[in-house]
Amino acid sequence: MTNSDTLEPFLRPYEPPPEGHVSGSRLERVLRSGRFAVTAELNPPDSADPADVYEAARPLGEVVDAINATDASGANCHMSSIGISALLTRAGYGPVYQISCRDRNRIAIQGDVLGAAAMGVRNVLCLTGDGVGVGDQPGAKPVFDFDSITLLRTIRTMRDQGVFLSGRKITNPPHLFLGAAENPCIEPHDWRPDRLAKKVEAGADFIQTNYIFDIPLFEKFMNRVRDLGMDKKVFILAGVGPLASAKAARWMRSNVPGIHIPDSVIARMEGAEKPAAEGKKICIELIQRIREIQGVSGVHVMAYRREHQVSEIIIESGVLEGRHAKRKSRKRGE
Amino acid sequence: MYRTRLFAIRHSGKFEWMYQRLEKLMIVLDPVFARIGYNRVEQPVALIEKGVKGLLFDCKMCGQCVLSSTGMSCPMNCPKELRNGPCGGVRPGGYCEVKPNMLCVWALAWDGSTRMKGGNKIREVLPPVDRSLKGSSAWLRVSREKAAKLREARESARTTIAQAFPAARANEPSSAPLAEEPSRAVNKEQRQ
Repeated sequence: MTNSDTLEPFLRPYEPPPEGHVSGSRLERVLRSGRFAVTAELNPPDSADPADVYEAARPLGEVVDAINATDASGANCHMSSIGISALLTRAGYGPVYQISCRDRNRIAIQGDVLGAAAMGVRNVLCLTGDGVGVGDQPGAKPVFDFDSITLLRTIRTMRDQGVFLSGRKITNPPHLFLGAAENPCIEPHDWRPDRLAKKVEAGADFIQTNYIFDIPLFEKFMNRVRDLGMDKKVFILAGVGPLASAKAARWMRSNVPGIHIPDSVIARMEGAEKPAAEGKKICIELIQRIREIQGVSGVHVMAYRREHQVSEIIIESGVLEGRHAKRKSRKRGE
Repeated sequence: MYRTRLFAIRHSGKFEWMYQRLEKLMIVLDPVFARIGYNRVEQPVALIEKGVKGLLFDCKMCGQCVLSSTGMSCPMNCPKELRNGPCGGVRPGGYCEVKPNMLCVWALAWDGSTRMKGGNKIREVLPPVDRSLKGSSAWLRVSREKAAKLREARESARTTIAQAFPAARANEPSSAPLAEEPSRAVNKEQRQ
């Protein structure tokens, strides 16, 4: 056996996506079939051991349609998103490869996109990225050669036109389901839906929002999104996550960029006897309320250091409509 | 200066009007610039542009000015140099994620665009910055391109005739000329 023979079974074959699809990813199939999609964020290890990635992925794999591999979120250094994504595809998971514009220029990013696609990655999330100042190495040089929107348009050009931004031809263009972020509960509130429209115009197929804790604000945002007709053009996954305690919530609100937590939620956490259980309960309630909002196609669960709660939250929220739970209960019955 | 920058955004409509006049003037001057040589006018014009726009908008001379599409709020003042709208980290009150004492450049841009006739241009997706153009005059770049486009439009009839009669063009170029005629060669009656 040659070396390539032994490697082949681990890699996803480079095949054309199904009719009407752009990537053939599971996330795309679930969304296009009209089911409520669930994605979750994997906490990247500070380690070079692949087992640490698989350990973090295991509790998520059962309950989600795609696992997000974060790209040094909050400008803190961890294992790279492309490394994590490549490991996840080898184990059969469908990763969402997050690309932030903070650390790499256009040459590196376009090369990485091809590399990731070759490793079987079919979903990409295009992000601008937090500033280097909030991270663990504030002395780093911020790159920001692209912004999230020019990044989206660039990858769409690579996928649909089969060329790099330089015009040079790509012999086998990448099949990618293109994602972007939106932060509905952050100022300027009035313009957030218009910015979403701009991302759709640039090439976004799906949106994963930042944390939503303020349902009335999110509903207002979605009203405007529907007025613009964007709910018909893009799949929107609302971001949620469990809070650990009132103190942690306050810390997040003032230290992590782009997080809005209403006082009422913090007060509820403060009054709870078991804050962690209350945080989980709030998260489940949020998912159930978000699901009722017209134009929302799924949820994206971000549980920083609380990944053990993710599968409970998703199963107890009932959003899987029994598609995973049924399979599980059947197994139990056997 | 931050203060003048805010002033310019508050009066974005007026600055839009003024720039449009300047652009028209620059287009009229295109033959003059071409005669002197665009290479030779580049430096002095860039210097004036830097002075004027630096004072008014904190211009960074990216060479690819998009102020007319961004409510007269220069996006190169955004610490992330975003070209297509605010990031997700804007602080309560509309302050910048990276520089907490500065109002978000893009929150201001959306505000400024509401006072401009071409305010809807803010919805267009803008390309990434070509870093090789830093320091060059955007004014000259725009007027030169627009003047060339006007010239092209004027000559399009001539090109169409040349393309419709390719053999004549090859054998008898004077029967389907592509080059612009000197004004004295054109029949005076026709001109009237």
